Amino acid sequence: MNSTLPEKHILQPSGLKLRQQRTEVVIKVLLAVIAASCVLITTGVVVALVRPTIDFFGEVGITEFLFTTDWFPLYEPPDFGVWPLVVGTFTVMLIAVIIAVPGGLFVAFFLSEYASPRTKRYLKPFLEILAGVPTVVFGFFALNFIAPNVARKIWVFSDVGFYSALAAGITVGLMILPMMTTLAEDAMAAVPRSLIDGAYALGATKRETCTGVIFPAGLSGIIAAGVIAMSRAIGETTIVLLAAGSTANFTFNAGEPMQTMSSFIGFAGLGDQPTDSTGYRTIFAVGSMLFIITFGLNMLSQRIVTRFREVYE
Amino acid sequence: MVEDMNKVMNSGVSSSASPSKVIGVSVYSDNVQSAEGNTPALEMIMESQDLKVHYGSYLAVRDVNLQVHKNEITALIGPSGCGKSTILRCFNRMNDLIPTAKVSGSVIYRGIDLYGPDANAGEVRRRIGMVFQKPNPFPKSIFDNVAFGPRVNGKPSKQETEELVERSLKRAALWDEVKDRLKQSAFSLSGGQQQRLCIARALAVDPDVLLMDEPCSALDPIATGRIEDLMHEIKGEYPIVIVTHNMQQAARVSNRTAFFNTEVDADATRPTGVLVEYDSTQKIFSAPSDPRTEQYISGRMG
Amino acid sequence: MNVNADVVGSRFAPNLRDSTSTARKSRDKIFLLVLWFATLCAVLTLFFLILTTLLKGAGRLNLSLVTNFPSPFPEDAGIQSAIFGSLWVVITSGFASLFIGLGSAIYLEEFANSTSRITRLITLNIQTLAGVPSIVFGILGLAFVARGWLGWGFSVGTASAVLTMMVLPVVVVSSREALKAVPPSLREGSYALGATKWQTIRKQVIPAAVPGIATGSILGVSRALGESAPLILLGALAYVSSNPSGFGSDYTVLPLIIMKFTQDAQDEFRAVGAAAIIVLLVLLVSLNLLAIVIRDRSRKSW
Repeated sequence: MNSTLPEKHILQPSGLKLRQQRTEVVIKVLLAVIAASCVLITTGVVVALVRPTIDFFGEVGITEFLFTTDWFPLYEPPDFGVWPLVVGTFTVMLIAVIIAVPGGLFVAFFLSEYASPRTKRYLKPFLEILAGVPTVVFGFFALNFIAPNVARKIWVFSDVGFYSALAAGITVGLMILPMMTTLAEDAMAAVPRSLIDGAYALGATKRETCTGVIFPAGLSGIIAAGVIAMSRAIGETTIVLLAAGSTANFTFNAGEPMQTMSSFIGFAGLGDQPTDSTGYRTIFAVGSMLFIITFGLNMLSQRIVTRFREVYE
Repeated sequence: MVEDMNKVMNSGVSSSASPSKVIGVSVYSDNVQSAEGNTPALEMIMESQDLKVHYGSYLAVRDVNLQVHKNEITALIGPSGCGKSTILRCFNRMNDLIPTAKVSGSVIYRGIDLYGPDANAGEVRRRIGMVFQKPNPFPKSIFDNVAFGPRVNGKPSKQETEELVERSLKRAALWDEVKDRLKQSAFSLSGGQQQRLCIARALAVDPDVLLMDEPCSALDPIATGRIEDLMHEIKGEYPIVIVTHNMQQAARVSNRTAFFNTEVDADATRPTGVLVEYDSTQKIFSAPSDPRTEQYISGRMG
Repeated sequence: MNVNADVVGSRFAPNLRDSTSTARKSRDKIFLLVLWFATLCAVLTLFFLILTTLLKGAGRLNLSLVTNFPSPFPEDAGIQSAIFGSLWVVITSGFASLFIGLGSAIYLEEFANSTSRITRLITLNIQTLAGVPSIVFGILGLAFVARGWLGWGFSVGTASAVLTMMVLPVVVVSSREALKAVPPSLREGSYALGATKWQTIRKQVIPAAVPGIATGSILGVSRALGESAPLILLGALAYVSSNPSGFGSDYTVLPLIIMKFTQDAQDEFRAVGAAAIIVLLVLLVSLNLLAIVIRDRSRKSW
């Protein structure tokens, strides 16, 4: 054998390698199709919402929807003024956020600056378990503990009944507290240690470091977390459905039963509306509103994170 | 294929006696030259011609012309950032895996351009094995580590696989230490053993050339010594190209040495690697012809 | 000397004692108190939640709870059909979301160009999906799966499909993280032996990423197990007196049977709901323990 002559074949793919290459192509295409199916789901959500929503506004009229204040879409004769739902949603969300955002922030301060590693080791799994409790269990908790023992005790403006926006809001707030804590902690962890040490080196106390350095430096992340918390509170269905009742009262008194957009959808879905009715399409119209609001809030949160992120060298 | 089989069988019979290895490889050339010294008739296995590598728009290393000969160890030395590892990775197309890397010029292996239409990256890497800076055993058993290469390059039977694993571990001088614990995790081995396992793993696919990228930089002196002995033992079967930052090591193990340096080109902001001098190791370390080589050698060793 | 030391000691020695003003001190104390209070509230929430459930449900926590079907008499009412319904829905959607989620993650991490428009679109899309309120998935299922396009009715298949879509973002994100965490040296080692991309992914990358993928999938499965909102729209809020026998069967699941019992006017039924919560929580905790075991075992063996 003369080794100076090139042996062209030696680096060419063998039959095995050729088969393997064909497998590669098939696999790649298959995986691309799978990945693309994720996009299909979002498209599906949008398509599912758009058509019935357009039909709904063809039947109801945007004026009635936006400028009247009675919401009885499933009764005869129906009323389609959306304000009770908007107020209900806003009330529950506000109560939840008042509890979850400062609460989560305080727990995050505690975890990142005050707690010893030992305390942290016990506290973290606790919060993880709390975050993993199903919403229906929180709904049960709202009816059996929060409503009688908390809501009824603290609400001085009126009596609080079995169902109330207040009990629902408090419970939703407690439910999102662990998530808020985690997000706030992440935002605080992004603050460079040198900045924090700098504050301590100037003789600042832990409180002054928390409120004067960590909070402002992590503010964009904390605000973004707060916006996510709002979005979660608005989207929560089961707790509200169980704890706030199913009447769309147009009231600003949180001690009364209320309906939110998401709890209305859950409530209307129960009645098994005929597919081709305005009542059925109401689900989709309200669903569209819910989707747009939560989508907008999530985008806003991401914007805040990317736009206002402090860049530390 | 026939040659490959011969080689495997010959070396498998006696893994430590070097004469048989010479016989084993002699199927490629009838006249085997001594590896020592600078014999011009030595058979050339690989050659790079005007090799250049860009990372994006940055020229990392340029104008590399060097040859790899049979029965020899070729060392690439130079200060860090001079592109020696980059060049090494061109020799088995590992740079394909870095999306921004662009190789120009050619690497001729037995008359075929590695970057030409007649070369398949998988085949290239099968024939030109590589051992990395840090031992990187797979998170599998010792046996499966060695068997992985043969399995992806064909479907050997259980018996064939067992034989191949034993042979490869013997050639890498690891068999006696691991023969009773082949099913254990590769991570249970010491660093030096892990690196020899990686060498055994590379040998198991029966390569033609072995590339080593600073294979001892993560090891203690004793483990380093064992790897160096091993390199001497196997270089007759597997020509070796080694990148090392340790000049003593280059002087100890290699037959030829290529010295790389960095230069800032007129139109560039970052330094580019260049091949300064390539010659027999003896010459490079005793009488280099380029003053930069001399400066580097004396500066480091003196 | 003495005089000097005296002077230094008396007039210029720094005061290292605590000079913090009392107002500042009390503000610090109040702040700490607030932090303690918030943390205590979080801890107490879980404590009272479990206490309330136990007080209400412990009396009904017996074998007949899990062996009986719903009944008009609270002392006979059980949740067997809901347990089986949950198992059906959660296992099938778990496998489906693992298949689609891991497939997407492999494509995005290993094959797709990370800067390409399509990759960014898919990533953005998954972020969006993760933020969609779960009830909206119910609407999607109602429009396309239960009625309309697929027309599967209120069945196990519908619930499974909707939960798959809901859990998908969790699986994709955690699988991508797990794949990203596989060290490049492992891939390099595999490629250097001539393995193809898919061989490298299948035999090295995925096995190394299994703990992360499993942990993420179990997290997704536990979300599916506790999820209630979308299934309200899909016919699960009902007393069902037989176990599902296939994808076309009527079904209910644990969270929804709990909801149904919790809404009941009769206190004895609400106690059944509380007992069912205990069953659900036990299942969830065991799932999470499983995840922890998988994580620890994988760490130990390699």
